[in-house]
Amino acid sequence: MNPSIIYNVFVRDFQNQKKRMFLTLLAILWGTLSIMILLAFGEGLRKQMLMNTKGLGEGIVIVWGGQTSVPFQGFGKGRRIHLHPEDVDYLKRRMPELEIVVGEYTRWGAEIRYGKKLLSERVDGVYPEFETIRNFRAQMGGRMINKLDMEQKRRVAYVGDKLKERLFGEEMPVEEVVGKTIYINSTPYTVIGVMAHKMQDSSYGGMDQDVIAIPATTFKAIFGDQWLDDLIYKPRDLDNMAAVEKRLFEVMGAKYKFDPDDDRALSTWDIVEQSRVTNSILFGIEIFLGIIGGLTLLIAAVGVTNIMYVSIKERTREIGVKMALGARRIYILMQFIIEALGITFLGGFIGMAIAYIVTELFKRAPIESEVLEMMGRPTVSLEIGITVTIILGLMGFFAGLFPAMKAASVNPTEALRYE
Amino acid sequence: MIRMKEIKKVYNTGKVTFEALRNIDLDIQDNEFIAIVGPSGSGKSTLMNLMGCLDTPSGGEYQLEGRRVDTLHPNQLAEIRNKKVGFVFQAFNLLPYASTYENVELPLIFAGVKGRDRKRRVIDVLTQVGLSDKMANKPTELSGGEMQRVAIARALANNPKLILADEPTGNLDTKSGAEIVGIFEKLWNDGHTVIMITHNINLANRCRRIIKLKDGMIDNGNGNGPPQTRL
Repeated sequence: MNPSIIYNVFVRDFQNQKKRMFLTLLAILWGTLSIMILLAFGEGLRKQMLMNTKGLGEGIVIVWGGQTSVPFQGFGKGRRIHLHPEDVDYLKRRMPELEIVVGEYTRWGAEIRYGKKLLSERVDGVYPEFETIRNFRAQMGGRMINKLDMEQKRRVAYVGDKLKERLFGEEMPVEEVVGKTIYINSTPYTVIGVMAHKMQDSSYGGMDQDVIAIPATTFKAIFGDQWLDDLIYKPRDLDNMAAVEKRLFEVMGAKYKFDPDDDRALSTWDIVEQSRVTNSILFGIEIFLGIIGGLTLLIAAVGVTNIMYVSIKERTREIGVKMALGARRIYILMQFIIEALGITFLGGFIGMAIAYIVTELFKRAPIESEVLEMMGRPTVSLEIGITVTIILGLMGFFAGLFPAMKAASVNPTEALRYE
Repeated sequence: MIRMKEIKKVYNTGKVTFEALRNIDLDIQDNEFIAIVGPSGSGKSTLMNLMGCLDTPSGGEYQLEGRRVDTLHPNQLAEIRNKKVGFVFQAFNLLPYASTYENVELPLIFAGVKGRDRKRRVIDVLTQVGLSDKMANKPTELSGGEMQRVAIARALANNPKLILADEPTGNLDTKSGAEIVGIFEKLWNDGHTVIMITHNINLANRCRRIIKLKDGMIDNGNGNGPPQTRL
């Protein structure tokens, strides 16, 4: 088919039917806007929630000592398994599949004093690797605990951002906080850093924003704890978490003489698995929102089909005239399919443009809110744009196809008699 | 030009079967000027539709310019309607939203004629019918006679040999009607075959041959009567 025929007849017809097309265009625009906004919010929510799950840490498993539930090698069941500081090096030696292994001490209700301010807070004894695996990043002007602090058992403290506000006040800048002396159970510590703000949707023992962290070696020396409260490890291969956990039970079971299949001997919390589940749930939510948006768009598509049928009925005689002048059925078919596609894409692209502008304005709006922090800001991704374009194309094609087939099957002699 | 042998057209609506044309045998030579007359329901329009390949016969054989067309594919029939036949209708049937130029251009577009050639041809045929100054006008801005002249120009766009006019003066006053028939006479003189359905005896008598239809059959012999058959 000659492309100039398409332009000359079909595009010209389209231009001449402007009034007819306007309302239909509006319906498509609205449907597209709805689906785009819903998908954008869904995408923003998903991204934010994923970021929030990383607040606790990424790719890590937390291990606590448990209690045996089966007898093993002469030992009875019900035996408490405690984690020791030397387990860190033990696991490093015996499990090369682990990228990082660290331990953690925790003490609740420690007395924290700064000047006249007195608080009762949780104190953690941590390793320097917490900076990466537990996202204990420091704001500018400060730092996290390092190897030297550990080696020298320095009395230094890294504080959570919310705790900093409660202890020093919101107005005091980080540069001023760093270097201040605080007292933990009457022992002086120098503040070395304040946690960089992060979203955290899960925790154990309390939110990180409220923590005071001191070197694990300092903690053991001062508080005298014999056992670690937990171990944290990060495997090299995040696709093999189950196998790594199985190996952990074998290695620790060998040391502590418990059955490797006794899943009560140790408690584990696999953040990777949790992230996967969260991601799946959020993906499901995104699909659900997309379906709602899609149904809105479908209603608009029905509107397009309806308008096309009305249009064809009104133009029956015109179709007959064109056939009498030599128009083939394919021209009539293509005319109406192209009209339907034209309305759909025009309304669709305007709707997409408006959706993009709305989401960008929303993203840039200076709204500070915890709800928004949790939900994230709407994001129009390229994938969403392509998905919606494909949906529009399919919709427009099928919305126009059935009316077009009806138009092309018109008997020219009957059409010419049509009033 | 046209050879019809035992042509019949039957309409079957399911409940009712109606024979619109029965046993039509007809020969039309090149460059004839023919009027088809008959009472309402005699099958005049049906016969014209078959001649112009707007419809296909239920039986019999139809040859147009020596080619059997009753068994052709719809696309082939469309090509014949585009290049070999020019239709002129009683109700003009111009596209209301298109200008005179655009209406006349339509068959040329369907024929795949390029832009510059199209323009030349449109101006040519509009000049022939005396409407070269009305190219930008929409149908609503034209008189009845002018609209029918546009329709004639459109019919001539691809220079078909056969012009079929179904009651071309039916919606016009006497003066305009006479002007239109005058144009058809000129076209006949220029070598076209012009076949016209009309109820108007005076207009029919201006043609060189008359085919009378009654109850779906040719009433005056086989329609091949003497050239000057007066009503």
